[in-house]
Amino acid sequence: MTALPKIRLIWLGVTAALMALTLWMIFLWVPTEINQGNIQRSLYFHVPVAWIAMVAIVLVAVASVAYLKTRDEKWDRLAVAGAETGVIFAALMLITGMVWAKPVWGVWWTGEPKLTTTLILFFIYVAYLMFRAYFPPGEQRRRLAAIIGLMGAIDTPIIYYGAQLWERAHPSAVVGSDSSIDGPIGLTWMVATLTFSVLFVYVASERYRLRKQEDEVMALRRAISLQPSRTPSSSMDNAEPISSAPAGGA
Amino acid sequence: MLASLGTVWTLARKDLLLELRSRDIVLAIVVFALLVITIFTFAIELTPSRSRDVGPGVLWAAVAFAGVLGLNRSFAMEAEGSTLDGLMLTPVSRELIFFGKVLGNFIFVIIAEIVIFPVFEALFNISVLQIETIVIALLASIGFSAVGTAFAAVSVRVRSREIMLPLLFLPTSVPLIMAAVESTSVVVNGGSWADFSDWLQLAIMFDVIFVIASAVLFQYVLEE
Repeated sequence: MTALPKIRLIWLGVTAALMALTLWMIFLWVPTEINQGNIQRSLYFHVPVAWIAMVAIVLVAVASVAYLKTRDEKWDRLAVAGAETGVIFAALMLITGMVWAKPVWGVWWTGEPKLTTTLILFFIYVAYLMFRAYFPPGEQRRRLAAIIGLMGAIDTPIIYYGAQLWERAHPSAVVGSDSSIDGPIGLTWMVATLTFSVLFVYVASERYRLRKQEDEVMALRRAISLQPSRTPSSSMDNAEPISSAPAGGA
Repeated sequence: MLASLGTVWTLARKDLLLELRSRDIVLAIVVFALLVITIFTFAIELTPSRSRDVGPGVLWAAVAFAGVLGLNRSFAMEAEGSTLDGLMLTPVSRELIFFGKVLGNFIFVIIAEIVIFPVFEALFNISVLQIETIVIALLASIGFSAVGTAFAAVSVRVRSREIMLPLLFLPTSVPLIMAAVESTSVVVNGGSWADFSDWLQLAIMFDVIFVIASAVLFQYVLEE
């Protein structure tokens, strides 16, 4: 995927340039929103980041289905990359959301459907990643993790629908003021969304590459540990891959 | 079709027989749920109106948390007795094994609820033993057993499965818990079917989607 270092460098450059442009637009160029003041600028981060958090679970789901169908490890790596990046973007979405909601709505937290959905989604990502951390590496872990990723992705729209019903049943005192999203505000929004999407692709692909290297190191260590050990100390070092080998080899 | 139903029932009957002898699962669910409910009667000073406000939430939180405990056992027993391999060697499709397990767990949850609901009604002084709440309980139990069975099978080989199952089960069940709490809340506050039809729809939608999805994905869980 990122075998060519040149492409990675170019992509990094593009990400950095876009990020600089976005920061300039958000903090210097776009006029201050009239109702909310400066705090509204945090929405230029909040909304694109929320969008990425949702896209990431779709990536996890697609990669999980592809893994279950093909059993190609690359799909599993892609799913991990998606989930790890997704959990960060979901956390950023929650934090920026709270920072914005406190001055504007007067509360840190409210049962707004998208906030609720992202919070639950965050927990699903966490469960997915914890499962991977608890389970010994190997084919079984990849397969079971794919199932969890898929269940989480299937659940997301249902959670959103439930959260919408919930909001209708418990109308909160706060009023969601929809700012006009045309002109400079709309443009900044679009550029920020593009930038964060590019950033997401960069971070996820770097994570994918790292994951691939981790797998290669694991395979090497396993290959070494399966050879007759020359010194007692080297077999001690390789105690872990030996124990995980049966799970992986099954 | 009839033969499949027979297989499902045979598998469920195996779990029920085991349960009849050990009484592990149902007892765990009932006692744990009653403890949660009892603790809440101390944590919240219960006036009649406050009971109606928080009661449904307490009830379903208790059932969800206690249900996780019970569901954990259903596959843990198979793993500890090394009978999971035997189950996988039986010449029936994975879907039927799944439905057998779901049916067993569903019956356990229902039996537990039959004990939990009257005690809850007594402690909180709100009437949950009505036809509406029984329908809600049935719908919630179907979803709980389907999702719980799938995740229990997924997490059975994890080194700390007691922690893993709630982490997988609870966020996924959020829509169902919401639907159960909200409908029960409408019922205890004197509402009728029409007032919570949206929530019933959500519960039915959740059940249908997750029964199908879990059954399809279950074949990948039990695969060697």
